[in-house]
Amino acid sequence: MEKPSYNTDIVRGFVNWSIIWGLVAVLVGVIVSLQMVNPDLNFPPYLTFGRLRPIHTNAGIYGWGVGFIFATFFYMAQRLCKTPIWSPKLAKFQLWFFNATIIASAVTLLMGFTTSKEYHEMEWPIDLMIIVLWVMFAINIIMTIIKRREEQMYISLWYMMAAIIGIAVLFVVNSAAVPAALFKSYSAYAGTNDANVHWWFGHNAVAMALTAPPLAMFYYFLPKSTGVPIYSHRLSIISFWSLIFMYLWTGAHHLLWTPVPDWVQTLAMAFSVMLIAPSWGSVINGYLSMNGQWHQMRDNYLVKFLILGLTFYGLQTLQGPMQSIRTFSAFIHYTDWVPGHIHMGTMGWVSMIGFACIYYLVPRIYGNEIFSIPLANLHFWLILIGQLIWSISMWVAGVLQAGMWNAMNPDGSLTYTFMETMVEMYPYWWARAIGGLIYLIGVLIFIYNLYMTVQKGKKSSSTLTEAEGRA
Amino acid sequence: MWEKKPVLLMVLATCTILAGTIITMILPFTWVNTKADRIEGVVPYTPIEQEGRDIYIREGCNNCHSQTVRPLVAEVLRYGEYSKSGEFVYDRPFLWGSKRTGPDLARVGGKYPDSWHYKHMDSPRSMVPRTNMPDYKWLRDNPLDAEAIQHKMDVLDFPYNNPQIAALQTKNEMDAIVAYMQKLGNDINWRKATQVEIIGELVNPYAGVDHITMEPWESVYRNNCAACHGEHLEGEIGPELVGDNYEEEELFKIIYNGIPDGGMPSFSALGSDKVWQLTNFIKYYNQGEGESH
Ligand code: HEC
Ligand code: HEC
Ligand code: HEM
Ligand code: HEM
Repeated sequence: MEKPSYNTDIVRGFVNWSIIWGLVAVLVGVIVSLQMVNPDLNFPPYLTFGRLRPIHTNAGIYGWGVGFIFATFFYMAQRLCKTPIWSPKLAKFQLWFFNATIIASAVTLLMGFTTSKEYHEMEWPIDLMIIVLWVMFAINIIMTIIKRREEQMYISLWYMMAAIIGIAVLFVVNSAAVPAALFKSYSAYAGTNDANVHWWFGHNAVAMALTAPPLAMFYYFLPKSTGVPIYSHRLSIISFWSLIFMYLWTGAHHLLWTPVPDWVQTLAMAFSVMLIAPSWGSVINGYLSMNGQWHQMRDNYLVKFLILGLTFYGLQTLQGPMQSIRTFSAFIHYTDWVPGHIHMGTMGWVSMIGFACIYYLVPRIYGNEIFSIPLANLHFWLILIGQLIWSISMWVAGVLQAGMWNAMNPDGSLTYTFMETMVEMYPYWWARAIGGLIYLIGVLIFIYNLYMTVQKGKKSSSTLTEAEGRA
Repeated sequence: MWEKKPVLLMVLATCTILAGTIITMILPFTWVNTKADRIEGVVPYTPIEQEGRDIYIREGCNNCHSQTVRPLVAEVLRYGEYSKSGEFVYDRPFLWGSKRTGPDLARVGGKYPDSWHYKHMDSPRSMVPRTNMPDYKWLRDNPLDAEAIQHKMDVLDFPYNNPQIAALQTKNEMDAIVAYMQKLGNDINWRKATQVEIIGELVNPYAGVDHITMEPWESVYRNNCAACHGEHLEGEIGPELVGDNYEEEELFKIIYNGIPDGGMPSFSALGSDKVWQLTNFIKYYNQGEGESH
């Protein structure tokens, strides 16, 4: 069959920019982790912890995460549909608009224009930009799918479509606000309602941005990297429907013990535990796809990133349901345990999959073989060690803190004042900052390796660029 | 079949995600913030309090401070009465937070006098040496924009009067944030309600103890009281403490329950043993050879 001419320019653009925003996210992450141990590093009014932390989280999720979602979706959609992108012009415009949106977000957040709602901090003009951006992207991908020349839709396309719709619904509903000035608005919902709507958004942003898209990538890039198809198509379909059904019930697990109605909390708790099944459906599917291929964990650095990423996903989806149980939540909610959970997901699962995809893509979109596999392996070990130090130190810190917060004397009084518990966190916050620095070095090596690949890499043999086929 | 029909697949996916959405997100609107959970006494923010709230949001204080007390024993002891839905009906957006790098602030209103907040916001470390809260002294340099605040009150549809707006002219952002801190959690009169009626005779377990033993008690004083009453009891935000002025029992009660209207916090959470230590420390600080300085 004649090979359609796929558009690689757009994939290149998004790969490059997502890496830049990823570097920003990690750098700011290191800065805020240092501000927590040394408040002299706050430089008001712009560079204080309260303003920088949202820049870190948004750069991580939207700049880096969504950036490489755009890159990989454009790449996968074309190949899975056997047709070029529907509108390259629109895609090109989208790249610039994406960067404009991220820059506008960063600048307004630095200036203190924020709604305070986590992962939705940007004020209403930026919300409008984000909606325009998403609609552009949705149209382009959906039209590509509709115009496809391969009748069957591979599971990755399903996850892509679900993510596109899901994010649209979540974002629009949670954006509802009454503007009071150009960069100030008041939420359309008040108090407890606002909390419940927000965490319905918040948790499903995790589902639709940090779970479904990396799964789409995993299902596509694992078979591509190993050369062996996914173990069970049927299992992936069952997991898909049950995953997107169950996730939407669980938002209130962020609000256990708060004034949100009890039955909403109980439903959230039950569905969170049930979510283990569809999550592990994908994990097991991934592991079984490696049957007879486990030697590739040693030989193939792409597989190493993908399978370790999947392993973190598996751990994340066991830890998450545990945190959703009332008694456990009573203990660890509000402590440093939770950032430990978050960063196993973001630095482990999401970023590992992102790194794997980019290592896979760069040789194919630039036509050069990867500059150095030893460097890629070094990158792997640095981010693995950095992330483990980060998360484990926070889990220990969280348990310690929770224990101290709850400790009571025989006469029913509290054993520790708040500050007595807080000063115990400093050593762990230091450990976290060091873990973050190691991770940052890993990311810098990754960028160097890619830069050298593009600049100095050997022209790749034709097999590499031609290696497109069915997944 | 939907494996070949993208539009059908998207419609089905939308229905699937709407199920949980309708039940757990839309349905609660029929209960929450209705008459059922209104609380008498909960009133909208005044112009200066609302502005303080907006500054709190702008500075991202919610990244370190939560604003809900959960109904758990240790938490109620530490922060006060647990939070009720009806207390938040004027909160747009909600500010419950998800991380307690610093303490919960849902009940901080009335815990300290204004002067404590000014000093703490200027430089938290001058009062709590090892805190990691940033300095916000610079808020004092920013005057308030009365017109903009009035417009925001109109958008929120909160009641206000002209003197309130006029008063903003002479205030700065620091005044606003302190006003907001003092409003938090104070619409219900929980502080008085939770005061413990101390019944029966109080017996000082340390009566007649040699003053040498006071040394470890000094650190209890330093950690909990010195920020307001001075390193050497000389007084600053709170008055000078002179042991001779009080009976032991009277001192115990003041420390245990605080003086809610006067800005003296309650220290019942320390437990009666530590409160007795403090009582003895203050009562006998300036007496005898056991002094530790
Ligand atoms: C980096 C995290 C951080 C940020 C940001 C932060 N705080 Fe704090 N805050 C703390 C810590 C830690 C404490 C406890 C020690 C102390 O009193 O300083 C605290 C204590 C407080 C207290 C005293 C609470 C009590 O019950 O004793 C108030 C009031 C307060 N902060 C208000 C604010 C306001 C208002 C802002 C935003 C302008 C803010 N904080 C920003 C960490 C933070
Ligand atoms: C937030 C500041 C603050 C802290 C902390 C504080 N106090 Fe006070 N205290 C005050 C204020 C203000 C008053 C005056 C209240 C009044 O008389 O209306 C006061 C009054 C008192 C009084 C009565 C003084 C008098 O002559 O009427 C005693 C005794 C006292 N405090 C002891 C303590 C002890 C012991 C501690 C530590 C456990 C402590 N205080 C911590 C602010 C504070
Ligand atoms: C070197 C790497 C990183 C470091 C040092 C770092 C550091 C931090 C720190 C210090 C916090 C604040 C925690 C607190 O308030 O207690 C934080 C929060 C957060 N970070 Fe990172 N981070 C890193 C990488 C990432 C990446 C790659 C992502 C996303 C893709 C990410 C997403 C988040 C999120 C979502 C939060 C919010 C946590 C919450 O709400 O509790 N981080 N990070
Ligand atoms: C079955 C799957 C999961 C469940 C049930 C779950 C559950 C939870 C719970 C209960 C919390 C709140 C903790 C607290 O504040 O007490 C939480 C926080 C969080 N989780 Fe998960 N989790 C799951 C998977 C994931 C995955 C795959 C990611 C990907 C990165 C992730 C990212 C986050 C983030 C970013 C937060 C922080 C929200 C905040 O700002 O407070 N989770 N999760």
